[in-house]
Amino acid sequence: MKLGFLVDLNLCMGCKGCEIACKVENEVPLSSWRLRVKYIDIGTFPDTSRSFTPLRCNHCENAPCERICPVSALHYLDNGIVNIDSSRCIGCAGCMMACPYGAIYMDPESNTADKCTYCAHRIESGMMPACVVACPVEANIFGDVEDEKSHISRYIMEHRGAVQVRKPEKHTDPKHYYVGGGNNTLNPLAHERIEGYGLFNNITHLDTLGDPHHSILDRFLDPIFGGHNDHLKDESFLDMPNDVASHEDESHDKGGH
Amino acid sequence: MDHVTTIEATKAVVTLDVALPGIIWGWMITLNMWAKSIGTGVILVGAFLLYRHKKEEMPNLRWMMPLISFIALNVFLLFTLVDLHQPLRMVNIFLHPHFTSAITVGAWMASLFTGLVTLMLVIGVLDAFPELGRHLGIAKKVREKSSLYEKIFPFVVFLALPVTMYTAVIMAQSSARELWAAPAELVQMIFAALMVGSASFILISDKWSVEARKDLTLILALSVALSFTMYMGEYFFSYKAAEIEATIAFIHSGGSYNTQFWAAMVLGYIIPFFIAMGSLKEENRTMLKFAAVTTFIGLYLAKSTWLEIPQMIPLS
Repeated sequence: MKLGFLVDLNLCMGCKGCEIACKVENEVPLSSWRLRVKYIDIGTFPDTSRSFTPLRCNHCENAPCERICPVSALHYLDNGIVNIDSSRCIGCAGCMMACPYGAIYMDPESNTADKCTYCAHRIESGMMPACVVACPVEANIFGDVEDEKSHISRYIMEHRGAVQVRKPEKHTDPKHYYVGGGNNTLNPLAHERIEGYGLFNNITHLDTLGDPHHSILDRFLDPIFGGHNDHLKDESFLDMPNDVASHEDESHDKGGH
Repeated sequence: MDHVTTIEATKAVVTLDVALPGIIWGWMITLNMWAKSIGTGVILVGAFLLYRHKKEEMPNLRWMMPLISFIALNVFLLFTLVDLHQPLRMVNIFLHPHFTSAITVGAWMASLFTGLVTLMLVIGVLDAFPELGRHLGIAKKVREKSSLYEKIFPFVVFLALPVTMYTAVIMAQSSARELWAAPAELVQMIFAALMVGSASFILISDKWSVEARKDLTLILALSVALSFTMYMGEYFFSYKAAEIEATIAFIHSGGSYNTQFWAAMVLGYIIPFFIAMGSLKEENRTMLKFAAVTTFIGLYLAKSTWLEIPQMIPLS
């Protein structure tokens, strides 16, 4: 069995439903993303077009992140998923340097590397990944690429010649395919990130990697004495005040986006 | 907005995306590589000097070489550790090693290397200073095993080479960064070690023979010249791969690393080369020491530039 993903970009309408479903399902912290949908505009007004590209871990068969991980925190599952064991990760960021797709992030809460696991925990229970379930147009197609009768295999066969992977020259053998993609959507060097052109903000780069309040000393002391962001553990979210006023107070105190 | 009209009709622009990570491996990794170059460089250059000259020509080499190496290696190890987001889990590299990773292999080799250098340091210092710990039993025992220094030294020299070069393999395993090609980086790591290895000894070689100092000067001149040539090759002729071209643009005219890159080239390579060449004809110790210092600074800047520019391009 070799699980893979296919995104039909002709169907994707950029609703970001998959992005949000992933965030919720995997409790992905603020500033971090396992799956994101990138908008790219081309042309000059009024002759413009916009394309949407969902981007996630490619679960490469020859994964550079797995190879470079010094402690096997990144490892293959039998079904082909490149999984991550956060409890083993030492936070060297080698995987972030190795992944040609920029799909790995440093979790600001756990200060360990993390990424899309194709919702391995859901697969184990016989469910589809959260992003697949959330997609209103079934642009995300998931299944066993080694089973010729699976939906994804049949889809690949139907669109033979139009199925692409990102950066094939890296020889990573990704198990994440695109239909309807072009150079502009799949090649990050084919488009520009120009300040002032973002729809909602002008932030192009994160200021820090991982937790911005996690000092060098904290890196040593937190595992022993407990971290300053312990209040962000899952259970504590349930105890948090959930009214508008408390959030307003918070934003006044700490500044907002 | 003025810039709206300047976008070509065929130019694609990202209009909505998440923030990209900035520099992932920053100054701590630069310092790590720089210090490792010193730690292994003094061993490599020291071995060459001991092969070419009598010990008496370099009276303090036997203990200064492991001392400089020990200090540099500890700086390297410290910043390797501190750069980890979970430093206490460093132990996992030894408990759960994954040997396809150059990080793992490097950590094992560097730990062994540091251990052996420490042993050489203890023997070298106790032999050089007979009064030190004279009443301590352990010092006496170490002095009795003094010949161990010469026995382990060949292994240390042999180990210095892979310890110098393994970072190049880590860079090569960083598939996302095309600029870091293994063949070039392996050679650059060796040159870097020879540069700062010779520069370190230039600073402490006042009482050495003229011939030994001349060898140091020659090593410095050759290593900076060859390393500079490689950088220039990258600077002018790296236009075959789109990703490398986009990366090198950061050091070209108008690029955000242009000034830092040329400061590195001038301080670390051009100045030391001309001073060293001049000093080969007519020795000028003060100028040579100045060249040694600029070599240290230039190499740090060069390492920093080369480490950071591939991290500036978007990967997806």
